[in-house]
Amino acid sequence: MEKTIDIGQYVAVAVKWLMNNLRPLFDFIKSTGNAGIESIEWVLVGVPFYITIALFTAAAWKYAGSRVAVFTLFGLALIYLMGFWEETMQTLALIISSTIIALIMAVPLGIWSAKNQTAQRIIRPLLDLMQTMPAFVYLIPAVLFFSIGKLPGAFATIIFAMPPAVRLTALGIQQVPADILEAARSLGATQKQILFKVELPLALKTILTGVNQTILLSLSMVVIAGMIAAGGLGEKVLEGINNLDIGLGFESGLSVVILAIVLDRITQAFGNKISK
Amino acid sequence: MEENRPIKIKVDDLVLIFGKNKENALKMLKEGATKKEILSKAQCTVGVNRANFEIYEGEFFVIMGLSGSGKSTLLRCLNRLIEPTAGDVYVNGENITRKNHKELLDVRRTEMSMVFQKFGLLPHRTIVENVAFGLELRGEDKQSREKKALEAIETVGLQGFERQNPAQLSGGMQQRVGLARALTNDPEVLLMDEAFSALDPLIKTEMQDELLGLQSKLRKTVVFVTHDLDEAIKLGDRIVIMKDGIIEQIGTAEEILTNPATPYIEAFVKKVDRKTIITAGSLMHEKPTVVRFGKDGPEGTLRKMRATGLDVLPVVDDQQGFLGFVWVNDALQCAKAEEKNVQRIILTEVPAVTTEVTVEEMLPLISATRSPIAVIDKESRKLLGIVSQNAVVIEATRFNEQDITKLKENANNS
Repeated sequence: MEKTIDIGQYVAVAVKWLMNNLRPLFDFIKSTGNAGIESIEWVLVGVPFYITIALFTAAAWKYAGSRVAVFTLFGLALIYLMGFWEETMQTLALIISSTIIALIMAVPLGIWSAKNQTAQRIIRPLLDLMQTMPAFVYLIPAVLFFSIGKLPGAFATIIFAMPPAVRLTALGIQQVPADILEAARSLGATQKQILFKVELPLALKTILTGVNQTILLSLSMVVIAGMIAAGGLGEKVLEGINNLDIGLGFESGLSVVILAIVLDRITQAFGNKISK
Repeated sequence: MEENRPIKIKVDDLVLIFGKNKENALKMLKEGATKKEILSKAQCTVGVNRANFEIYEGEFFVIMGLSGSGKSTLLRCLNRLIEPTAGDVYVNGENITRKNHKELLDVRRTEMSMVFQKFGLLPHRTIVENVAFGLELRGEDKQSREKKALEAIETVGLQGFERQNPAQLSGGMQQRVGLARALTNDPEVLLMDEAFSALDPLIKTEMQDELLGLQSKLRKTVVFVTHDLDEAIKLGDRIVIMKDGIIEQIGTAEEILTNPATPYIEAFVKKVDRKTIITAGSLMHEKPTVVRFGKDGPEGTLRKMRATGLDVLPVVDDQQGFLGFVWVNDALQCAKAEEKNVQRIILTEVPAVTTEVTVEEMLPLISATRSPIAVIDKESRKLLGIVSQNAVVIEATRFNEQDITKLKENANNS
């Protein structure tokens, strides 16, 4: 059938306008962002692998118990022995920076939408859009704004990984029992005191679930981001696909899975422990 | 009567309206429209309808009413947790309703503290941190606030629990924490919203006694909201009775009991002493199914239990004299062992009362056991009937849904 409505062209026009008029801003974001990601990467790649493995294993031991610690030790060692250590650290750097930026934006947005009806009405459909739009679509504006590389990879990852953190922060704050809020108000608490001494501590567990979700979504996205030269494990997976190299594909995919499980178990256990 | 005592709180023509079209509703109210008319014409609910009263310094003042009467709303207008629509509240002669936000925070931090039905404790903090919360909000340093908190914890008798979390404490103890938190701020006025209503009857009585003991020492001005007239009479120096947002009567317990101002209050007052009037005789289930000792063996006992759907039955001798209770699990074991009679499993250490024993007196009997109470004849010890634990509890807590609806109907019709 003939195309009668062309929404795409307006989006294209808008993106083009942004590109033409905000070029210096994008350049600035790109250079600072890249510097940030690369410095994290520099540290992660620079630290000897056994120290990193030891630190992860210790964290797993402390928060998640011996079984997770054993898995972490052997899993990460396997990654190293398969020869994917550097790529894994690159991916980890991208996840860490994306997650940090996503949380910096998500938590205040979540608080805002929990407290303000209008904000909630605007934010919620936006989050739906961000979560349901096929993740590959984000690669297009990312490349248009920032060309290829790590920063556009992080950009697409942040958009994709942010929604659960916003939602769960809002949920956590809305779930704070009304009687506790009333008691705090009756003692003369200001809005700020209520937020920091009552709402955020009580919502902490739910917020940390959001953090965990964001980390896992980042991980699934950084593989896609490999398509725009964000580096890391994603690129290895793609290489496997392009060459129909099942061995390479499996090994790099397995590395992603191990990293995902390690990060998931540790953050989840951490969340349970500190918010008890 | 006590006009010469200094006035601590004065409530002047206080109105609270819920809804959008408040101005309109307020105008209608001033023209004398009823709550129903305002609801239908202005789609507004009148929470408090022109309340006027004064509370003296050191007085224990009780606001009583059923749910929806506006009593908790009225209480929240005193510290402006709910903003009144019109009218004024004076504390120490200062108009609370005219204060700006910062001054209001000061009032809440220093002059008035509140205790809630659901306690409102912070689950992630220890007891001492909860109790010190008010001082923390005021900005006091950690050492001094902890010192004061420990004093308050001692006042309410919670020494030894300082480092525990609220979830580790029973309801009664949690409310002690709530009380301690309110006392730590050393306020002149204590607002208590159904503070003991969530507690079970025995703990409730204990807390009431302790609060009275504390009050005789501390001499705070207490404004206490409750739906329980017994509680109001026990605690209050003066009582306000509210219905549909309107104050129906203000007076001492004596005045209200002997001279109820409206049919509604009269209907209430009639019920006041029921707990001490209702007896085992009127509450018991007569002619219960019994196990006849010597006639019914374990199998017969089980059959009777199956037929009645009960898992405990009374045992009587051939003269209908009460021997004790048997439980279904014991009877099962007994039957399995193929014993001839139920002698081994009769529980004889069970509560048994005569017909004239009151609900109040039966309450302590059920706290130690699961057993129902046997009602027996004084002379012959014949079994007359059974009072279930539920019946005692329902009668003791008394204001169940049906009663309230019936009461309301009576009051509205008369």
